[in-house]
Amino acid sequence: MKLTINGEKLEATEGQTILEVAQENGIDIPNLCYSPELKPEGACRMCVVDIEGVADPVTACTTEVSAGMVVETETPSLKKMRKVLVELMLANHDVECLTCDKAGDCKLQDYAYRYSVKKVRFEGEKTEFKGIKDDNPFFIRDNRKCILCYKCVNLCKQVQGEASINLENRGFDTRVTTAFDLPLEEINCQFCGLCVNECPTGALMEKSALRKARNWELKKGSTICPYCGVGCELELNIDENDQIVKVTTNSDNVNRGQTCVKGKFGLDFVNSEERLTKPLIKEEGRFREASWEEALDKVADNFGRIRDEFGGDATAALSSAKCTNEENYLMQKFMRAVMGTNSVDHCARL
Amino acid sequence: MRSVAELDNLQKEVQSKLEKQAEQAQLIIGMGTCGISAGAKDILTALETELEERELEVIVKKTGCIGLCEKEPLVDVKLPGETRVTYGNLSVEDARRLISEHLENGNIVRDLVVAKMEE
Amino acid sequence: MATNEENIPSYQDLDFYKSQRRLALANCGFIDPESIEDYIASDGYQALSKVLTEMKPQEVIDEVKESGLRGRGGGGFPTGMKWQFAYDASGDKKYIICNADEGDPGAFMDRGLLEGDPHSILEGMIIGGYAIGADEGYIYIRAEYPLAIKRLEKAITAAEEKGLLGEDIFGSGFNFKLQIKAGAGAFVCGEETGLMASIEGERGMPTPRPPFPANKGLWDKPSNINNVETFANIPIIIREGAASFKELGTEDSSGTKVFALTGMIENTGLAEVEMGTTMREIIFGIGGGIQDDKEFKAVQIGGPSGGCLPDEKLDLPIDYDSLIEAGAMMGSGGLVVMDENSCMVDVARFFLNFVQSESCGKCTPCREGTRRMLEILNRITQGEGEEEDLELLRTLAESVKKLSLCGLGKTAPNPVLSTLRYFEDEYEAHIKNDECPGGVCQNLLPGYIIDYEKCIGCTYCIDACPIDVVDGRLEEIHEINEEDCNACGACEPECPVDAIIQKNYIEHFPQYRHLLEEDEEEVEA
Repeated sequence: MKLTINGEKLEATEGQTILEVAQENGIDIPNLCYSPELKPEGACRMCVVDIEGVADPVTACTTEVSAGMVVETETPSLKKMRKVLVELMLANHDVECLTCDKAGDCKLQDYAYRYSVKKVRFEGEKTEFKGIKDDNPFFIRDNRKCILCYKCVNLCKQVQGEASINLENRGFDTRVTTAFDLPLEEINCQFCGLCVNECPTGALMEKSALRKARNWELKKGSTICPYCGVGCELELNIDENDQIVKVTTNSDNVNRGQTCVKGKFGLDFVNSEERLTKPLIKEEGRFREASWEEALDKVADNFGRIRDEFGGDATAALSSAKCTNEENYLMQKFMRAVMGTNSVDHCARL
Repeated sequence: MRSVAELDNLQKEVQSKLEKQAEQAQLIIGMGTCGISAGAKDILTALETELEERELEVIVKKTGCIGLCEKEPLVDVKLPGETRVTYGNLSVEDARRLISEHLENGNIVRDLVVAKMEE
Repeated sequence: MATNEENIPSYQDLDFYKSQRRLALANCGFIDPESIEDYIASDGYQALSKVLTEMKPQEVIDEVKESGLRGRGGGGFPTGMKWQFAYDASGDKKYIICNADEGDPGAFMDRGLLEGDPHSILEGMIIGGYAIGADEGYIYIRAEYPLAIKRLEKAITAAEEKGLLGEDIFGSGFNFKLQIKAGAGAFVCGEETGLMASIEGERGMPTPRPPFPANKGLWDKPSNINNVETFANIPIIIREGAASFKELGTEDSSGTKVFALTGMIENTGLAEVEMGTTMREIIFGIGGGIQDDKEFKAVQIGGPSGGCLPDEKLDLPIDYDSLIEAGAMMGSGGLVVMDENSCMVDVARFFLNFVQSESCGKCTPCREGTRRMLEILNRITQGEGEEEDLELLRTLAESVKKLSLCGLGKTAPNPVLSTLRYFEDEYEAHIKNDECPGGVCQNLLPGYIIDYEKCIGCTYCIDACPIDVVDGRLEEIHEINEEDCNACGACEPECPVDAIIQKNYIEHFPQYRHLLEEDEEEVEA
């Protein structure tokens, strides 16, 4: 079907929302609670748009397109209303952008800039919280910066299926918390970190990144998670000393923004000083450093000796999920063709 | 309920039962939340004790709110063949008077009356 | 036995009943609500028998459509059309739900109906279930109505025993069962999507519409929700016919409406009138006017979602559309009447305080915006309002109204907008002159002073003052520290010689002139 957004004639399919069609066509409608992985929540109200013939603005994330629809996304009145929304969020927000580690990667900050919120007109009481929650090794929870978009709650429930966190209290006193306010380590949280990835503000932040670098100083590098055979795509955030500060993911990759705790929070070994960078050979009960050439020769010699002396079936190989498919293929090929055995296995089979 | 006839029969049966009841004196007391919060429960107890003590055969009927919340607790007295009379803003003492004056002697208690209900 | 009946008014003579038209309330106060037989004796379940044995579902819907019945819970959506949507929705399982989560301050129409005539609601629901194709119904009722719940439970059990609920009702092959769900007291659960979430055991938070309940409601099945009074009207429409129902009321709002009269009115209670009756008739006729012969100031109609209307709107015929035009809404039918001693800013503050604490917290404008509006109103009523505050209040009110997710938020600013529209002068008096015209806002009341010519130094006022701002010793002239006095008035009645006067009286009475002059001298000095 055809519809018009901001004067542009666009093509859409039935069942798509206005927001989805706009995003497909590079039209940026502000949003805070939207995620392609979630049922539309319609909570933040930032994505309001005007539809010709409809009196009040509607949210683009919840409204399905219809043929011939004429949509405007940035009229003066919409801008004014979004400005009020940003002001309302900022009025109940710990505004410390100067030192906030989220600065530069914060949607609330971006929208404040976009709608030129210089001064909040509605200053008043803020919801009271007892400081920052630091109850696990991986991330902090700072409710003073939470704008209650509910993405974390919904992702945990709808995507991860854990529902570790939910809402407490009502109205102005609403906050995200665990059952009985228990520490995350004492409940069913898997520390997948999906909530941290998707938080639009600085309410959920990786501990590893705190006070390390401004977001715009970080280099981003895409890689595959080395842990298991699923092969999640990760985005490494690297500082000027080539240290991995945090690991993020994008929702448009193969793992749709999801990882497990190891991919999200377990890559600190990469920069570990204890990490082996040279092969070691054990002689008389002690390891000594060796060159790659010497080490590989030693392995080849011994493999050959065992095969010749006891036959190929005296050997077996177990390869790692950390290897690529190609590496695993080569491993079994080597065992069958060179060693002469079918005894191959892989840790992901378990 | 398996048929319309069954309902109609039941209705007729109940209606004639109610008509029979009308041959007896009735006390009707408003027992909605408004009535109860104004003291209808105490009044009901008082009426029942009073009736027992005087050995009177009277039907005590409970109803919901008739709308006049302002005048709760409300008690209606209906004597056979006569108009139903509503009394309001009653105290327990007032309720006893309804029995001694109106129910037993047929005199409307003028200072407590709200209205009479004509068919 | 001769009774002395003469000179006793009959019900028809009472102002309260004279212009009422009791349709939905017809049985209330007449039948025993705990007796199904009483209900059956007054034609109860006749409509159901007619529907199940003589009518097709579509015919039932057409009858309701023709009657012009509109939702009695607030929005006023045509009931027949709502049923049609649920009927047309595809699905083998459908639900019909009764919204008995009556939460507006000052509203008790549904309670009256549920406690006085529960079977009429059951009958309406079973008919509705048959019409849309639902075999299961829920009554969502607030737990604060224990008596209503008890009577509904009794009614359901009795109807089950008589085979009016259950399987093969009237031998028609139609099955229907009903259950009660007691709400935990959140106002927002009266919003239909929030209500369904609550039945499902979720946190009572509204969800965006569409999808509408008619297509995807309770447990994602097509569902239809109506209010208590709406269901109570259904058996009447079926029994008496759509045409006779349509004759009542106005062109676009047919039938009658039950109102709960409260506030500073002579006759509080439940009144049912034809649509199109004027507010004046309800307040001054049925309601008997204002208590203590005071002046009428405003009537709040429609609960927190409604608005305050002034005396110039008293001749407005009440129907759904005229009320919206006037800045209020029918709501469920609560009428709170206010007299000259009410402060309209304080009234707006009261209702806003209610909605902001009942906001579920889901969407930004309602959660944050209503709190900021309340803060501004608090400032104004405490005498700390600035002139810009009115502009801010309007900006916030418009944003909350336009941007909120559900009906609660969309209508939350109405008490503010309507008082700003009709009583802006009161807001200005608070802000510009530090005055509360209604004499309600404590911080703006003029304090008290002691007439030194009369004071005998008895110390009674010193003892009475709760905040210790009266200075003086026994047999010496006392003095009130004017700056700290909060005008509570506790000292005034204690003075045996009437020496304590509210400051604003001084200039109006010659006998206090000496106090005035002293005041001025002080200023000059």
